[in-house]
Amino acid sequence: MRRVATLYRTTVGKKVLMAVSGVVLFSFVFAHMLGNLKMLFPASDGHFAMDVYAEYLREIGYPLLPHGGVLWIARLVLLAAVGTHIWSALQLAQLSRAARPSGYQKEDSLSLSYASRTMRWGGVILLLFVIYHLLHFTTGQAHSSFVAGAVHQNYVNAFQDPGIFLVYLIAQTALCFHLYHGAWSFFQTLGLSHPKYNHLRRPFAAGFAFVVFVGFLMPPTLVLAGVIS
Amino acid sequence: MELHSNIPSGPIADKWDKHRFDMKLVNPANKRKYDVIIVGTGLAGASAAATMSELGYNVKVFTYHDSPRRAHSIAAQGGINAAKNYQGDGDSVFRLFYDTVKGGDFRSREANVYRLAQLSVNIIDQAVAQGVPFAREYGGLLANRSFGGAQVSRTFYARGQTGQQLLLGAYQALERQIHDGSVEISTRHEMMDVIVVDGVARGIVTRDMVSGTIQSFTADAVVLATGGYSNVFFLSTNAKYCNVTATWRAARRGAGFANPCYTQIHPTCIPPSGDYQSKLTLMSESLRNDGRIWVPKHKDDARGARDIPEDERDYYLERFYPSFGNLSPRDIASRRAKEMVDSGHGVGEMKNGVYLDFNDAIGRLGQDAVSERYGNLFAMYEKITGENPYETPMRIYPAPHYTMGGLWVDYDLMTNVPGLFAIGEANFSDHGANRLGASALMQGLADGYFVVPLTIGNYLARITKNPIPTDHAAVKDTEAEVKSRLDKLMSVNGSRTVDSFHIELGRLMWNACGMERSKEGLEDALRRIPQLREEFWRDVRVPGSASNLNQSLEKAGRVADFMEFAEVMCHDALTRDESCGAHYRVEHVTEDGEARRDDENFAHASVWEFNGVGEAPSLHKEDLVFDNVQLSTRSYK
Amino acid sequence: MRLTLHVWRQQGPNDQGRLERYEANDVSEHMSFLEMLDVINERLTEDGEEPIAFEHDCREGICGSCGMMINGVPHGPKTMTTACQLHMRSFKDGDEIWIEPWRATAFPVIKDLVVDRSGFDRIIQSGGYVSVRTGSAPDGNAIPIPKEDADAAFDAATCIGCGACVAACPNASAMLFTSAKVAHLGLVPQGQTERWDRVRGMVETHDDEGFGNCTNHGACQEACPKGISLDYIAQLNRDLIKATLKAKPVGAGKDA
Repeated sequence: MRRVATLYRTTVGKKVLMAVSGVVLFSFVFAHMLGNLKMLFPASDGHFAMDVYAEYLREIGYPLLPHGGVLWIARLVLLAAVGTHIWSALQLAQLSRAARPSGYQKEDSLSLSYASRTMRWGGVILLLFVIYHLLHFTTGQAHSSFVAGAVHQNYVNAFQDPGIFLVYLIAQTALCFHLYHGAWSFFQTLGLSHPKYNHLRRPFAAGFAFVVFVGFLMPPTLVLAGVIS
Repeated sequence: MELHSNIPSGPIADKWDKHRFDMKLVNPANKRKYDVIIVGTGLAGASAAATMSELGYNVKVFTYHDSPRRAHSIAAQGGINAAKNYQGDGDSVFRLFYDTVKGGDFRSREANVYRLAQLSVNIIDQAVAQGVPFAREYGGLLANRSFGGAQVSRTFYARGQTGQQLLLGAYQALERQIHDGSVEISTRHEMMDVIVVDGVARGIVTRDMVSGTIQSFTADAVVLATGGYSNVFFLSTNAKYCNVTATWRAARRGAGFANPCYTQIHPTCIPPSGDYQSKLTLMSESLRNDGRIWVPKHKDDARGARDIPEDERDYYLERFYPSFGNLSPRDIASRRAKEMVDSGHGVGEMKNGVYLDFNDAIGRLGQDAVSERYGNLFAMYEKITGENPYETPMRIYPAPHYTMGGLWVDYDLMTNVPGLFAIGEANFSDHGANRLGASALMQGLADGYFVVPLTIGNYLARITKNPIPTDHAAVKDTEAEVKSRLDKLMSVNGSRTVDSFHIELGRLMWNACGMERSKEGLEDALRRIPQLREEFWRDVRVPGSASNLNQSLEKAGRVADFMEFAEVMCHDALTRDESCGAHYRVEHVTEDGEARRDDENFAHASVWEFNGVGEAPSLHKEDLVFDNVQLSTRSYK
Repeated sequence: MRLTLHVWRQQGPNDQGRLERYEANDVSEHMSFLEMLDVINERLTEDGEEPIAFEHDCREGICGSCGMMINGVPHGPKTMTTACQLHMRSFKDGDEIWIEPWRATAFPVIKDLVVDRSGFDRIIQSGGYVSVRTGSAPDGNAIPIPKEDADAAFDAATCIGCGACVAACPNASAMLFTSAKVAHLGLVPQGQTERWDRVRGMVETHDDEGFGNCTNHGACQEACPKGISLDYIAQLNRDLIKATLKAKPVGAGKDA
């Protein structure tokens, strides 16, 4: 632990924490996206594929663990990752402000990509979205016709509203940019570099972000278009 | 002024060894009791500071830069010579020694040059151990290239940035000692004068360039590693800050200034493009390995380089010097280029250059190989001129570059003022009347790493330690002189800028004491310099205040010293009534247009003693004895 | 050509500072950017004003002295080019040019465009060297180094310490500078013995000096006049993680 603390004291260490918590969140986002693709599968035995999948998530590990045990562990891990991610972001932002208190009169953002410049505000947007998203699909307060356990139904009802679709579109766009810079940044920060593969890191980050973007938005688009009901 | 060169007796190959044994040593435990001041942090200064502090001396280092890494050694491009004979092409310590003495046109001190050649091999080892990334062959061993004036391949290099890499090595060694607390560094401190107490150098007066504070530092010995004075010409390849102040201030305090007229003109620089030109950029001489120099055969040929057919080009160096060709020594290559331009064969918009063409090399080796060797130089050329040298030949012209003259020193690199040492380009010792390419880095590092750290002990072990308090009368007097000079510069408040004076002095010196010198020209210069100096002190304008960062004031002090120094330079050039190496008197020329030496009357170093501003300096001579190299006429035909 | 300049003027470290407007007429396209400033300074001096203080020395792009923000970009619009090698042909008649000093807590302004970059020296002091006493070196060819390693080390070692990376970075991080030295010495066999201590020491000083953290924007790489690669920062990160997590207690020997 002492060594981890030593590492954390450096600016690089804070970034490492950011990267590691980021990876946890990446993995979650990716798994979540795969799960959502269940919306595309046909119902069988009168059960929607999505509902079966949702029920399965509660049953993982049973009977070794109680119902929903793994889900809660995952939630705790995610919460810790989100907390760490935000905490490091705050720390790093504070360091940046201290290192560069006044900017230039004439600004030119040079090579700063849109993705890298919007990491902080993009992060804030994502945080707000996550809160809304939980209230929307998990606890239901933000949902007009929420029925606990009827995941498929809730999903379809929600995305038939173009307004809701727009909110998710904005959030997914922000996520896409965040993932793009985040994924590339992750390689840099953890020092995962090799002259042979370095040129693949940016395309990989872009590809990953794009796949997540398309994967998340395909089902809602089909709902809006009336293909899924 | 008494000059004792203190050359050890015995065969030349044994002198340094013998001397190392004969020298008095300072006990390791006592070394920390001695304070040494080093001024300048180029190759010589940084390496000397690092090494002396490793040995245990208390070292104080001064630089006018914001960091020791900015010293002008950083700009050396081509390489560093060493008699390693890694190529097995017949090189040896003796051959490097011989080439250097011959290249210097028999005006250097044999014993010093031999020691330099001996130490050259240690420098490479030292630099490699520091992690200096020299060029390597595919087998992982060090690569070499050849350089002007030599027929063996003995030049080690790091692409075109050898000076940078070697300086960073020395700089890092210095920073390590600073971290250990054994070197105290003062950056942005300019040395304004040497403190001499009872004829012995005991410290320096500095100006803090940020606060303007004048402060004295005392020590048991002072080492000047302050480089050369090419900027007396205003336009030169030297960095803008390079100046003669430190060595000239020492000369004013009694140190002899040797051979000031030996100034080297570098053959491959980018020609000026207009009146605003602030400095000239050097293109490494290594380019001459693969580039061919030519001019159009017809005068005032207005065609583009590629439109001039092969048989209408004059590859004049290859024509004049079939065996050395484009690799003939610097002075010869420079003069021939001037001759071509003067006779109307110049190229470029201002007709002020000659071509250096890589077309054949690209055809022979391929563009990749050429780019591997010279890529950064080509890129630099393109940045400055907007022309692509892979397509059109480079335009080059000679420019002042290095000064072989400097403070007179003995074998121990000590000036005639006890306790005052001079190393690197600041001294006169090794290059005679002309320096070979890739030898400046070698000398700076030999002096700094291997010579002065030992020989300074030989001095310190002989003196009785008596600390000088900073309120000593001599210290206070020197400080007062520095202050009153600065006050005077601030108070003239005339109408002309410092640069305008510097440009005028530079033109005057370039015409009278540049690539070619004549009796009439020099006598005329000796009349005009005092007039210009008088006008300077009457009409210069230095804006701002002396108590904060004031770059005009810094420049003014340096130009004021150039105004005094230029006169000694012309005296030296006038008195040396012969041609030798880079000193080319139009009166002494062979039928082929080569320099004609007069060994009977001028086989000596001319050492000048300062007698006051406006007073003629007195000449002292150190006779040069050649026991190991046969005096001969240089022939590169 | 004619240009309008807005130049940052600041008397000293405690002065507020402000942009001043200057008209530059008769600028030749062959002038370097610094020569253009020289011409302005000559005029200011003749008019009895203080010339603009800016750092410069070699004027051939290697000493690292010069450096200023030109229209919000360190060293100006031309890539791989220091301010001293930037020529006015990169601008056109009628252009307005903003010239400001590097801005970073770790680089306080001394006067006008001159800043204090001594933090860089202190980073080097904390490990940017190989500890080898003069005279103790083995033969230069005793340790062969594969050409590609030597070349890669050289690429990292070409850093000129100008500070453009810090100036460009939105976090004023000096990671590119620090990593260039860590990588240079980490790529040659001579640098291995102190490799882990070096990276720990240099990063610690980097942070203490008040430089910010790297958020992988890559602006430093774009601004670097020597083309130092961002990959070296990844290498530094890897070395630091390794060095810190594997650290042995003090006294357990240098090699972590």
